[in-house]
Amino acid sequence: MSFINYMAREINCKLVYYGPGLCGKTTNLQYIYERTNPDAKGKMISLATETERTLFFDFLPLSLGEIRGFKTRFHLYTVPGQVFYDASRKLILKGVDGVIFVGDSQIERAEANLESVENLRTNLAEQGYNLDKLPYVVQYNKRDLPNVASVEELRQMINPTNVPDFEAVARTGVGVFDTLKAVAKLVLTELKKGGGG
Amino acid sequence: MINPQMVMYEEEFNQIQTVVDRLVRDANAKVVFIVDKNGQLISASGDIDSVDTTSLASLTAGNIAATGGIAKLLKENDFATQFNEGEKSNTYTQLAGNRVILVVIFDARSSLGLVRLRVKKANEELTQIFDALLKKTAEPGSDSPFAEITDEDIDNLFND
Repeated sequence: MSFINYMAREINCKLVYYGPGLCGKTTNLQYIYERTNPDAKGKMISLATETERTLFFDFLPLSLGEIRGFKTRFHLYTVPGQVFYDASRKLILKGVDGVIFVGDSQIERAEANLESVENLRTNLAEQGYNLDKLPYVVQYNKRDLPNVASVEELRQMINPTNVPDFEAVARTGVGVFDTLKAVAKLVLTELKKGGGG
Repeated sequence: MINPQMVMYEEEFNQIQTVVDRLVRDANAKVVFIVDKNGQLISASGDIDSVDTTSLASLTAGNIAATGGIAKLLKENDFATQFNEGEKSNTYTQLAGNRVILVVIFDARSSLGLVRLRVKKANEELTQIFDALLKKTAEPGSDSPFAEITDEDIDNLFND
């Protein structure tokens, strides 16, 4: 649910990175944080465990520039990927405007990807959202590892509806901004249509 | 969608800001801010240069969401207020109008009793303002200002 502020001439949108544990959601945000001009970003917050696993969420506010005199701001969130944090994941999806599903390309994570994408659909439905109607993109992460499934296989498994998808290596930044731009564009296009969440 | 889009107009913004400004004075608070449940900052007043309001807004919303989750597990509708006591600063958080979150940051110059009292009054006023705002947003003809933007406008945003 975007927030339009006529007074501050600002539009705020919420994007959520979803995916199985250790797929690279936080790494996506860290790369964006490192590579963004200081004027365009706020502080990145990570609520993580002592072993740097996401406990509740990561948060990164970004400014993208102006459209027709309105500053566009995106609030990027990640969910905790580990299965048992489901209650927290549901909370973070509240008011979401766009979703990025980060899949782990490694063959042995196929089942975890599937489970997570189904979990995303279920948790969205609980909040009254339909994944097929929401701005949504898929990222196939960790393409640099040796034991990865082919993009075709991954697409069949976790992107059956054929939304925009991207190959990525979040650690080095490959595909990170392409993914972000694609979903941001979809969100703005949705606003243009007057959907607005 | 279950949640209508939040839109803030100048008239309501000024009303909200008046309530928030007054609450800072009446409660002897350091900072008062209002956040929507999704973590978007709506209004702030007081010594706001001393705090990162964007981060505070997001964490407050997360905190309220988690507390709401706990309430549901305990078969409560919600826990409408929260108090955090620190060595120097304290925070008092109140759900207002079941729609937004009012946060008061205060120190030894004030007290929990005073803050609670003043927040109660402010909450009543805010509830009315936000109810009116929601109605206004739901009226036909209050189109998104983005209906006019073109694909080119969107593309231009990403051409740097």
